[in-house]
Amino acid sequence: MSISRDLERYTGLFASRTKVMKSSAMRDMMAVTARPEVISLAGGLPDTSTFPPETFAAVASRIAAESCAKALQYGPTDGLDETKDCIAEVMAAEGMPLDREDTIVTTGGQQVIDLVAKTLIDPGDVVIAEGPTYPGAVPVFLSYQAELVQVEMDSSGMRVDLLEETLARLDREGRRPKFIYTVPTFQNPAGVTMSLSRRRRLVEIAHERELLVLEDNPYGLLRYEGDELPTLYALDRGVFVMYLGTFSKILSPGIRLGWVAAPPPVLEKINLGKQGADLCTSTLSQLMVQAYFERGNWRDYVDSLTDIYRKRRDTMLDALAEHFPAQAEWTQPGGGLFIWATLPEFIDTTDLLARALRENVAFVPGEGAFLDGRGRNSMRLNFSGSNEEAIREGIRRIGEVVTEQVELYGTLTGKGTAPAAPSAEVVQMPTPAERARRANS
Amino acid sequence: MRRVAVLKGGRSLERQVSLRSGARVEDALGRLGHEVAPIDVGLDLIHQLRDASPEVAFIAMHGRDGEDGTVQELLEILDIPYTGSGVLACVRSMDKVLAKHLMLEAGIPTPEFFAFNETAFRELGAAEALGAIEERLEFPIVVKPSSQGSALGIKFARSAADVPAALVAAFSYDSKVLLERYVDGRDLAVSILDGKPLPVVEAVPQGDEFYDFQARYEIGRTSFICPADLPDGATEQAQELALRVYRMLGCHAFARVDLMLSGSGELTVLEANPIPGLTETSLLPQAAEAAGMDFDQLVGRILELAMARVPAA
Repeated sequence: MSISRDLERYTGLFASRTKVMKSSAMRDMMAVTARPEVISLAGGLPDTSTFPPETFAAVASRIAAESCAKALQYGPTDGLDETKDCIAEVMAAEGMPLDREDTIVTTGGQQVIDLVAKTLIDPGDVVIAEGPTYPGAVPVFLSYQAELVQVEMDSSGMRVDLLEETLARLDREGRRPKFIYTVPTFQNPAGVTMSLSRRRRLVEIAHERELLVLEDNPYGLLRYEGDELPTLYALDRGVFVMYLGTFSKILSPGIRLGWVAAPPPVLEKINLGKQGADLCTSTLSQLMVQAYFERGNWRDYVDSLTDIYRKRRDTMLDALAEHFPAQAEWTQPGGGLFIWATLPEFIDTTDLLARALRENVAFVPGEGAFLDGRGRNSMRLNFSGSNEEAIREGIRRIGEVVTEQVELYGTLTGKGTAPAAPSAEVVQMPTPAERARRANS
Repeated sequence: MRRVAVLKGGRSLERQVSLRSGARVEDALGRLGHEVAPIDVGLDLIHQLRDASPEVAFIAMHGRDGEDGTVQELLEILDIPYTGSGVLACVRSMDKVLAKHLMLEAGIPTPEFFAFNETAFRELGAAEALGAIEERLEFPIVVKPSSQGSALGIKFARSAADVPAALVAAFSYDSKVLLERYVDGRDLAVSILDGKPLPVVEAVPQGDEFYDFQARYEIGRTSFICPADLPDGATEQAQELALRVYRMLGCHAFARVDLMLSGSGELTVLEANPIPGLTETSLLPQAAEAAGMDFDQLVGRILELAMARVPAA
């Protein structure tokens, strides 16, 4: 039998939820970005080359010497107590006391998104997220046949006033959202942080409406400036807020270790879901974290990462100011890994990526962060995964192709070619005051 | 048994599709008893080819480098026989503007179009002529890059206001773009194998108004009907037109020709693809299958045709 007829036969067997699980043209295009000659500002990768190999060796040999059999064995579904103690340390560092029974160790933060969706979503249920949202969360929600409603953001994070409008509208339509998914601190992809007043109001709304919130906080400890804000989980004290944490950005994404803290009844269901998914999180990874944390200096590594990433962020912001045309604007992240840049509306960043790839540079087009066609003129730029020289050169190349397209559009619309003096009718320019305000917020 | 290098991947935007085509071809060649050397085409291509010293190269690349004659030229220099069309046919097919001019000259119907280089707008003020072009072609107008395979960069301009952004998008892929009259009708593909047309495939988009890049490679987004159920005579006419295009461009062994059948029953040729996809959902394998030839047989035949072209030493 031929393969293509085979495939058609399988197609009839696929669950209807697989209809929304699809590869995209953009993702196919991203395959080119992996080529060695490409400067990729597209990844979301922490720089694991900064981790000392001798520390890795010491941790691994300690496990081999002291707990080899345990490391090779299954563990409890909710995770090892030793790992939970490490999690409690990280949570404490962000102002959240935690008891062992309030958390489950998971296979990366991504599993938390999956388990929460599995626990809460029936087909057709509404999930609310920021617009733009973490592109990796979108397929998870869709695979459980949720309907995703996105709420606009500004430089102070999710517009909670618009959230209330959205909730009221859903009420009128008789639809009750199951939970709100948010990355309030150094958001992926936008790089912005939700203000304290909005955090407080969001938690109030959750209480008023008895609505769950999933707070995804992978970047909280990667702060380059400004004061720490209380997490939603800290403000709520674990009543309606579920908290997602991860070791991926403060230690390693390769060990696939994250956690969820949530109200006990929710946690119990999540635990059952996890049992079905993978029985338990890798014991080896958990013991490595434990051995690593016992050395007592995990914060030093986070500090060293913060120093490196701060410089890279500054380099990228400087390069953007130098090389991007006046019609572009971008966020000023106080931490995290990403800058979100928005170009004039006539530029489609998926097409622009094709042009940029000819100059051997890549970014993530904005379309993947929205479900409704918005974001097509935006891009996500990662500054943690490339050194400063590559960042400068990468931004220079992207700036060049953007400028080229702005000029071409000017020529095509007969509105002049001089990029220094664009017509106000062609594009909206952020005023210097607006920029400064953004920079300070 | 032969030593076959399978060329795949490369720098093209269709790299991912090419990797899938290549993997399938490798499997088929293995089942046919050949020795396979997979090569992801990059800076070390010549080196890799010399190392593998294949008797023949199977080019499973799409778009830039693979379909535009570049790799074919290199294989000629290295004196390695390869599958599919030669340099000239690739150059002619990959450049839609050139192909359409050749079709017009040969009296093969193709939708009316105007083509421009970026420099025409930047240096010759071609924007001034857009109004006249829009009047002539009528909206909606299809704007597309001249050389991008697949449907990347193809935009519909519904009004004059859409045209500049559509052109900027198309110029992202190529320095030459065309504005083409939109044909409202059925989307047909005729694959040619060894100078003979295979059954016609019709692509029916599911829900979406446009048969986009994404839908092309995804199971379930577009459904394909093969052989297409067409009005009397249309199948033969489409096959004959496709064959004329194949011959006129000088294609060898295989190619796929895309056509439109308008509501009033007129057939027009959009483009020819010298190395169409060979993935699970691609049209050439589907058409071959409708003609009673499974994937392994198709790959085997393509390889034979490559060897047959080598003059006996």
